Amino acid sequence: MYTLTNVTKMYRQSKRSVTALGDVSIEIPSGQMVAIQGPTGGGKSTLLQLLGALERPTSGTVVLGESNLSTLGDAKLARIRAREIGFVFQGFNLIPTLTAQENVETALAPLGLQRAERRSRAAEALASVGLGDRLTHLPSELSGGQQQRVAIARALVKNPEVLLADEPTGNLDEETRDEIMDLLESLWRDTGLTLIIVTHDSAVAKRAERRVRIKQGKVHEAA
Amino acid sequence: MFATYLFREISNRRKQTTIIAIGLALAIALVIIVNGVAAGVKSAQSSILASIYGVGTDVTVSEEAAVPGEGEGPPRFEFGSDDGATTDGTTALSQTRLSAGFGTATFDASALDAVTAVDNVTAATATLDLTNSSFSGEMPDFSQGMPQMGDGQSPPVGGADGAGGSAFSIDSFTVTGIDVGGAAVGPLTSTSLVDGRGFAASDAGATVAVLDSTYATTAELGVGDTIAIADTDFEIVGLVSSTSADATTAANSYIPLDVAQSLSALDGQVSTIFVTAASSSDIGQIQTDIQAALPEAKVSTQADLASSVSGSLTTASDLVSNLGTWLSVIVLGAAFLIAILFTISGVSRRTREFGTLKAIGWSNARIVRQVAGESLVQGLIGGALGVALGLGGLLIVNAVAPTLSASSSVAPAAQGMFGPPQATQAAAATTEIALQAPVTAEIIAIAVGLAVLGGVLAGVVGGWRAARLRPAEALRSVA
Ligand SMILES: Nc1ncnc2c1ncn2[C@@H]1O[C@H](COP(=O)(O)OP(=O)(O)OP(=O)(O)O)[C@@H](O)[C@H]1O
Ligand SMILES: [Mg+2]
Repeated sequence: MYTLTNVTKMYRQSKRSVTALGDVSIEIPSGQMVAIQGPTGGGKSTLLQLLGALERPTSGTVVLGESNLSTLGDAKLARIRAREIGFVFQGFNLIPTLTAQENVETALAPLGLQRAERRSRAAEALASVGLGDRLTHLPSELSGGQQQRVAIARALVKNPEVLLADEPTGNLDEETRDEIMDLLESLWRDTGLTLIIVTHDSAVAKRAERRVRIKQGKVHEAA
Repeated sequence: MFATYLFREISNRRKQTTIIAIGLALAIALVIIVNGVAAGVKSAQSSILASIYGVGTDVTVSEEAAVPGEGEGPPRFEFGSDDGATTDGTTALSQTRLSAGFGTATFDASALDAVTAVDNVTAATATLDLTNSSFSGEMPDFSQGMPQMGDGQSPPVGGADGAGGSAFSIDSFTVTGIDVGGAAVGPLTSTSLVDGRGFAASDAGATVAVLDSTYATTAELGVGDTIAIADTDFEIVGLVSSTSADATTAANSYIPLDVAQSLSALDGQVSTIFVTAASSSDIGQIQTDIQAALPEAKVSTQADLASSVSGSLTTASDLVSNLGTWLSVIVLGAAFLIAILFTISGVSRRTREFGTLKAIGWSNARIVRQVAGESLVQGLIGGALGVALGLGGLLIVNAVAPTLSASSSVAPAAQGMFGPPQATQAAAATTEIALQAPVTAEIIAIAVGLAVLGGVLAGVVGGWRAARLRPAEALRSVA
C-alpha cells in the first residue's frame, strides 16, 4: 500500500530548477496492477524512483506500508529496496560478467542467505520464468526477451511486496513483449504483489487494472 | 557473492586487470632491484670498512698530519763514510728505517685514557701505524779509488757490475703496532687466522709478528720464518686474512705495540684509536665528547669513513641512492596513478551496473567493498608479478656480479712511499669486491606492502566514486 501526499520533486540544474512532479497525491493499494502512461518528460520515471525508494521527494511524503520513504536515511532505504521492492528496467541491466544464476543471486546477497540457499532459490526463480536450462549463460549469450526474464527472476526471487517496471518491454519486439507481459501478469496473479508498470505502449497498459496518466508533473486517473 | 563477483570481474575484464597489474609489477620489481642492489652496495662498503678499521669500530681517533716542513717528509737514508762493508772494491750498504707512515701523525698514548673515560665507550684500543723501509745496494768503493784520481786515468772499478756501477733496492711494508691484550676492537678483529696463532697477552715485549696472508704469500714467508723489522728479527707466529674474502687486511704485518714504539723511537706514541660505542645511538655523543677532550684529534665515525672511500663502489652507491631511489619513486607514483585512473574509469563505465545493484538493495558499503576488493586483488597480482620480476632481476645482477673497486684515502696504515706495486696497493687499501645483491624477506614484504597499498589506494578512490553514484542512475534508459 502506497500513500503519496502532496509530493513535489524538483531537480536543480545550476540556476534553473525543473519541477518533475508537482504536488502529487495518490494511493496505490496492495496487490494492484497499475500502468503509468504519459508523454516523454512528463515525470513517469521520477514517480517510479520515488516509489522505489531511490530518491526522496523535495516535499510531501511517500509512505510504503509502515515506512515513510521521504524521511528515512540511505541505509534504511537500501534495506527496504533489498527486502520489499523489485525492479525491472527497460535496458535489462544485468551484470555482464555474471551468469544468469549469479545475476539472480545478486538480489539475495543483501539478505544474508547462505550460498547454497541463494543458488537453489536463484535456480528456482529462473525455472519459474522458463529459463531453467540457461543457468550458466552470460547475458551476452541470451536474447533480449531471455535477458528480461532473468531480470524479472532477479526482481522476484526475494518475494517482494512491490514490483516496479520502467518500460520493461521498450526494447523488445511485439511478440516478445506479449510473452513478457503474459509472464508478468501470471506472476502478479500467483503472488499477489503490487505491480506498477511505466509504459508508452497502450497494448501493455490495456492489461492493467488501473491506468494513470502523468503529464507535466501532474497525475490524472484515466478511465 | 563477493568472491564470485570479484573473480568474474577480474577474469572477464582482463585488459584492465592486466594494465593495472603490469604497472604495479614494474614499479615493484624496480623497488626490489634498487633495494637489493643498494643493500649489496652497502654491505660491500661495510665489509671494506670493516677490513680497514675492524669489526665493531664505531669511531676512530687520529691526528691530522702536519704539513711536512723543511727537512721533514719521507724518510731519508743517510750513510756515513764508514758505513757498509767493503769487499773487492764494492761497498754493500743497507739500512732500515721504521717510522710512522708518511702522512700519519702520532700522538701521546694518554689520549686512549681520555677516550676510554668518555661515556658510552665500551671498548677502545690504540695502534701505531708504521712503515718499515729498507734500502740496500752496492756501489763502488770510492775510498780506494781516491788516490788514483790524480792520474785521471784509471776507470773506476768495483760496484755491482765490477765497473763502477751501482745497484739499489728499496723495499717497504706496513707495520702496525697493536695491543696484544686481546682488544675487542681494532684492525685485527675483522681478520681470521689462516695459520699459526694470534697474539696473546704474553706476547707483550716479544719480537713476534703476525702477517697479512696476502703479503706473506708475495714475500714468500710463512709461520716459523723470521721477518726483519728495523733490523730486528721477528718470529712469524701467525697469518691472518680479511674476513671479507675480497679485501686485504689493514697492514702487511702486526707486532706488539710496545715493541713497535721502542723500535721506532716513538715511545708512548700512537696513531689511531679504535672505539666501540655502547649503542649506535651514542655515536654522535661519543664523537662530540672525544672531540671536546682531544681538540687536536680528528674524530671520525663510520659514516665519515664511508665517505672517504672512493672508487666505482662509491659511484655505484651514489647512483643507487640517487637515481635508483628517484626512479623507484617516480615509477611507483606513475603505477599508483595508473591504478587509480583505470579504477575510476572502470567505475564510471560501470555506473549503470552499480546503480542497478543499489536499486536492488545493495548498500554503499557492499559496493565499496566490491570495488576495493577488485583493486586489492589487482594490486596483489601486480605484487606477485613484481616480486617474480624483481627476484629475476636480482638473480641476473648476482649472476653477473659486477666488480666494484674501492680505495680508502684515510687508511690508518696508509701511504707507503716505496716498495713494489703490491705493497703500495695494500697501503692504499684498494679493494675489489663483487657486488652481491641480497634478497631479504624484508624487501619482499615491503614490495608486497606497496602493491597492497597501490591496490587499496585505487580501491578507496574507486569505491568512493562508486558510493557517490545515485541509485537512480540505473533507470537511465540509455544503454
Ligand atoms: N536527474 C535529473 N536531473 C535533472 N532533471 C531531471 C533529472 N531526472 C529527470 N529530470 C527532468 O524531470 C522531468 C521528468 O523526467 P522523467 O524522467 O521523470 O520523465 P519520463 O516521464 O520518465 O520521460 P520518458 O518517457 O522520456 O522516460 C524531465 O523534464 C527531466 O528533464
Ligand atoms: Mg522515463
